[in-house]
Amino acid sequence: MSDHKVEVKNLDLYYNDFHALKNINFTAEAKTVSAFIGPSGCGKSSLLRMFNRMNDLIDGTRFTGEVFVDGQDIYEKNIDVDGLRKNVGMVFQKPNPFPKTIFENVAYGLRVNGVKDKHFIEKKVTEAIKQAALWDEVKDKLKKSAMELSGGQQQRLCIARALAVEPALILMDEPASALDPISTGKIEDLIFELKNQYSIIIVTHNLQQAGRISDFTAFFYMGELVEWNKTKTIFTNPTDIRTQNYITGRFG
Amino acid sequence: MKKLKRIFDKITHGVLFTSSMVTSVTVLLVIVFLFKEGIGLFNQTAVENHVVVVVNSANSVHELTSKQVKDIFNQDITNWKEVGGQDLEITTRSIDDLAGQFTEEELGTDMVNLPTLIDQYISDNPGVIAYFPDTYLKKDFRSKKIPLAKISVKEFISGVEWYPTSQPAAVYGAWPLILGTLWVSLGAILLALPIGLITALYMAEVAGQRLRNMLKPVVELLSGIPSVVYGFFGLVVLVPLIQRLFKLDVGETALAGSIILAIMSLPTIITIAEDAIRTTPRALKEASLALGASHWQTMTRVTIPYAKSGIIAAVILGIGRAVGETMAVLMVTGNASVIPHTFLEPVRTIPATIAAELGEAPFGGTHFKALFALGIILFIITFIFNMLVETVKTKKV
Amino acid sequence: MTRKQLSQSIAFNSFRLVSLAVVSILFVILGFILIKGIGVINWEFLTSMPKDGMTGGGIYPAIIGTLCLIAGSMIFAFPIGVLSAIYMNEYLKESFLKKLIRTMTNNLAGIPSIVFGLFGMALFVNTLKFGDSIIAGSLTLGLMVLPVIIRTTEEALKSVDDTLRIGSYALGASRLQTIRKVVLPVAFPNILTGLILSIGRVSGETAPILFTVAVYFLPKLPSGIFDQVMALPYHLYVLTTSGTNVVESRPMAYGTAFVLIMLVLILNLLANLIRRIASKKTKMN
Ligand SMILES: Nc1ncnc2c1ncn2[C@@H]1O[C@H](COP(=O)(O)OP(=O)(O)O)[C@@H](O)[C@H]1O
Ligand SMILES: [Mg+2]
Repeated sequence: MSDHKVEVKNLDLYYNDFHALKNINFTAEAKTVSAFIGPSGCGKSSLLRMFNRMNDLIDGTRFTGEVFVDGQDIYEKNIDVDGLRKNVGMVFQKPNPFPKTIFENVAYGLRVNGVKDKHFIEKKVTEAIKQAALWDEVKDKLKKSAMELSGGQQQRLCIARALAVEPALILMDEPASALDPISTGKIEDLIFELKNQYSIIIVTHNLQQAGRISDFTAFFYMGELVEWNKTKTIFTNPTDIRTQNYITGRFG
Repeated sequence: MKKLKRIFDKITHGVLFTSSMVTSVTVLLVIVFLFKEGIGLFNQTAVENHVVVVVNSANSVHELTSKQVKDIFNQDITNWKEVGGQDLEITTRSIDDLAGQFTEEELGTDMVNLPTLIDQYISDNPGVIAYFPDTYLKKDFRSKKIPLAKISVKEFISGVEWYPTSQPAAVYGAWPLILGTLWVSLGAILLALPIGLITALYMAEVAGQRLRNMLKPVVELLSGIPSVVYGFFGLVVLVPLIQRLFKLDVGETALAGSIILAIMSLPTIITIAEDAIRTTPRALKEASLALGASHWQTMTRVTIPYAKSGIIAAVILGIGRAVGETMAVLMVTGNASVIPHTFLEPVRTIPATIAAELGEAPFGGTHFKALFALGIILFIITFIFNMLVETVKTKKV
Repeated sequence: MTRKQLSQSIAFNSFRLVSLAVVSILFVILGFILIKGIGVINWEFLTSMPKDGMTGGGIYPAIIGTLCLIAGSMIFAFPIGVLSAIYMNEYLKESFLKKLIRTMTNNLAGIPSIVFGLFGMALFVNTLKFGDSIIAGSLTLGLMVLPVIIRTTEEALKSVDDTLRIGSYALGASRLQTIRKVVLPVAFPNILTGLILSIGRVSGETAPILFTVAVYFLPKLPSGIFDQVMALPYHLYVLTTSGTNVVESRPMAYGTAFVLIMLVLILNLLANLIRRIASKKTKMN
């Protein structure tokens, strides 16, 4: 079993001329939850999207430095990008289910990765939906369109969709920011459950959330990784004044 | 001052409103004028106004269709029994034939005697059928006028022969023209569709920004080239090529029309399909890629299904354009008004027929009206396509 | 390479080929006509009357005729189109009326050009008794391109940032002032692009002018709007299909096609140029 530790070395990222990430060095251990915090626009999403090469899709991005997932340099020339992305799940800020049925949404990842066995797909889909704590709410309408679900349900569906392909690492970009408090609570519980099996990196601007669910926290400011440490340490005893300001500013 | 301003505002508003009604009014006017001229066709017989068709009074035939009249005068029907009469040889006489039989003396000045002579001649010949202007119809005419059935909508649409200038009765069967139009358009769309959609996908999804910036003007230029130029190119390059390639007597074929039309409808298909494909939200594509789907899988399973209605709209609009295109098709399809059997035969489309014949059709005559009736058919076909596009576009999938 | 990647690379490479084919179609057509036509072009060809049964001389009256039709159709279609787009975009809220106008405009755009020919003949030539004339042809052509002008103008207006309008209102400007002083200047280049594209369309159409204005051979220039004229596209059609001497007038046909293509090329280049300048301008803001 691979451990899917994530390592970033001397990473600089540019959108055309804009220097979005500045000399980032960072490690996320396997089977832990790391939280990225910081004011909006500081580069949290940009870094997260480096881990499954999502930034490749944006015209005009350039970077220097190295990113390792599971010990493998994921920007190496001959890497199988689709394979990498299969092993690294991602949950986006806004729920983005496909305009397909609930079942097909979750089965999608299996299908595109060549799984044909009907029973296997059915079993996996059921498991993933259960794991995402959505089963009771949708078990009777798997053939209905995913668009009919509420926002919170849609987001859990997107998590189920990511879980179905059994990634070792899950990236979440403010997964609860577009949701109401009750849905947010459900998602947080879910993350808590998942961290036994997966490595998780989550971007959040909700400090309490970071405090509740993460083992490690990294604070970003204007493209720089200001500091990262055990969550407890960051929240109780930050070394950098900027971190301190950010945290205390938020809590009044 | 304030009042003046209010009046000024009113005027502005009125001008703007009036301007924006122009398109709607034009559409209505197009409909009104097409129908005004075209519907009149079904109120008439295929014989030109003031012309009568007559037979001997002993003839047991009481009615003929315009196609039968045409066949009789073409010598395709030579015996009355073929049209339900006695076993009797048919003799045909046009007004010129009739007048030619008599000397000028017999005719008298200004042909005053012609009505009597005609009357006499027809009474003497049991097998004759003749036509002439009704001014030469004697008062107590002893023979029988053959009434021709009015042209019916059904006959017009499903009739398989188009002989607008045959005398005395023209034959207006639009079916070969309708089929010709559909054949050429269908051929065009079969060619243009895969090419257009693939190019649209390539431009929207695969090509980088720079390549796209080069392809876009190419497509725009293709759509800017006038249809006569396409027709000209087709005539001097494509037609001879097809003739040589398939060893045909003439290269002007449905195939030539389809190829030229395909090229001409490419820009429509590409532009609209590309716009549709671009509407697929980035978030959906990213979700798919993040699950390990390849770019190609994402296109086929997410992007294309999402853009489906826009792509369908592109297809329909492409067909609509092809159906209505006139000049290029007129120049390369050979314009034979026969029902096509293969793509290597000449065909004639509705627009080409109108363009080729309207100039020669006497104003207000049946031929003139028949061409407007063709215009109605064309308008209805394209109108249906337009409405389809509207419904497809507004339908949320 | 995995199977997934293999099918992707096959697909994308064939896509590239197909797109390349589309590009080469354009270049073959352009190249053919430009190469065959360039030899015919000289000052005399552009400025003299056709002669010898249209196997010699030039195409001057056809050029002038086409220019007359462009001017005649744009004089009324451009203002009406722009006003109509302003009304739709700046005045009308989403409503039944707006939807109706939009649907009708789309329908007008979908009417085949030959049907416009029929319509123009029935209305302008016969009912209004203009006869075959520049005015009948121009009105027909103008109504035909109206949807193009409306659509491009609407897009131009839509691309004007709403904050500009709001800013103007906030300064106490009326709607009309806002449109005149703020919206139109910003949208102007794109509206101009629409004008240029419709000029291209008007100058190339044949079917609508067949029965409303175009004449086969008329070696004199028009003296008023009720005169008939020759026109470039119709002239090309006549030369290729029904001239007295199709083979010997072939060079004339190539020359005419050349002029038509050049016209389209120049108009397209102009439109692109304006578009580029305009987008640079907005980018700076
Ligand atoms: N596609 C892009 N093109 C250009 N700039 C971008 C792009 N995406 C993000 N940026 C810029 O990079 C910076 C970091 O963005 P992001 O990583 O989204 O921040 P965060 O997620 O922390 O809010 C921001 O200033 C943003 O404007
Ligand atoms: Mg972000």
